[in-house]
Amino acid sequence: MEEDYKVIDNYLMIKMPVEVDHHKSIDISKRADRYIVSKNVGNVVFDFERTTFMDSSGVGIILGRYKKISCFGGKVYAVHVGSRIRRILLLSGLENIVELIEN
Amino acid sequence: MIEVTEKKDYRLVTNEMRLEFAAVSDNEAFARMAVSAFIAPLNPTLEELSDVKTAVSEAVTNAIIHGYGNQGSVIDRVQMNCELRGSVLMVEIIDRGVGIEDVNRAMEPLFTTRPEWERSGMGFAFMEAFMDDLEVLSEPDQGTLVRMYKKIGLGSWIVDEE
Repeated sequence: MEEDYKVIDNYLMIKMPVEVDHHKSIDISKRADRYIVSKNVGNVVFDFERTTFMDSSGVGIILGRYKKISCFGGKVYAVHVGSRIRRILLLSGLENIVELIEN
Repeated sequence: MIEVTEKKDYRLVTNEMRLEFAAVSDNEAFARMAVSAFIAPLNPTLEELSDVKTAVSEAVTNAIIHGYGNQGSVIDRVQMNCELRGSVLMVEIIDRGVGIEDVNRAMEPLFTTRPEWERSGMGFAFMEAFMDDLEVLSEPDQGTLVRMYKKIGLGSWIVDEE
């Protein structure tokens, strides 16, 4: 679990689980916030390489972290975004908030 | 009380299942898997499967965290009824929780009664987007019934009456 969270320079990298739902989202948000505060990171990168399922809880995770870091000029990024996750992000209007990194 | 025992015309029903499970968040994944297994014989596309799983996940999450107030209790129950009429799936997610005072308001995208939970307010919007039809019946203090329809695969919308 802990190896899914890595701080590189000013970026918190989070490897998202296979399934992102409400059950998982509580723990992810809590852990992410702990890193953001204790390591003082400015940006968050969500890695969806493993993820095959995500519902609106995932949108909540991204929005919540965005609110925490954006007031200090931080940004939210997403990598390994497949067509499913992309559709979820577009549907919820997150494309203006999350920068998708093409790989 | 929400009326769920309406008289049904079983001539058109090709398969049916009913599930009841504890209103704990572990069961969100269970409900998704159960509905996937139920529609598997229709050979759904990956996208159809994801659509149904997402919609069911949203409805079950709503039942647990809003219907039963985020308590995660094993005493509270969520009911899932699935029915097939040919290639058309119907799913009902029912809770006996607090209910919704203003259903139209609740279904507005981004509307949430709990901004402090950092959820997206997109639950009903996702159900609407990923399914073909969505009905929500609710009474304060009685509970909520979410009924969704989706056509799976290339079969026709109408079942021939033999």
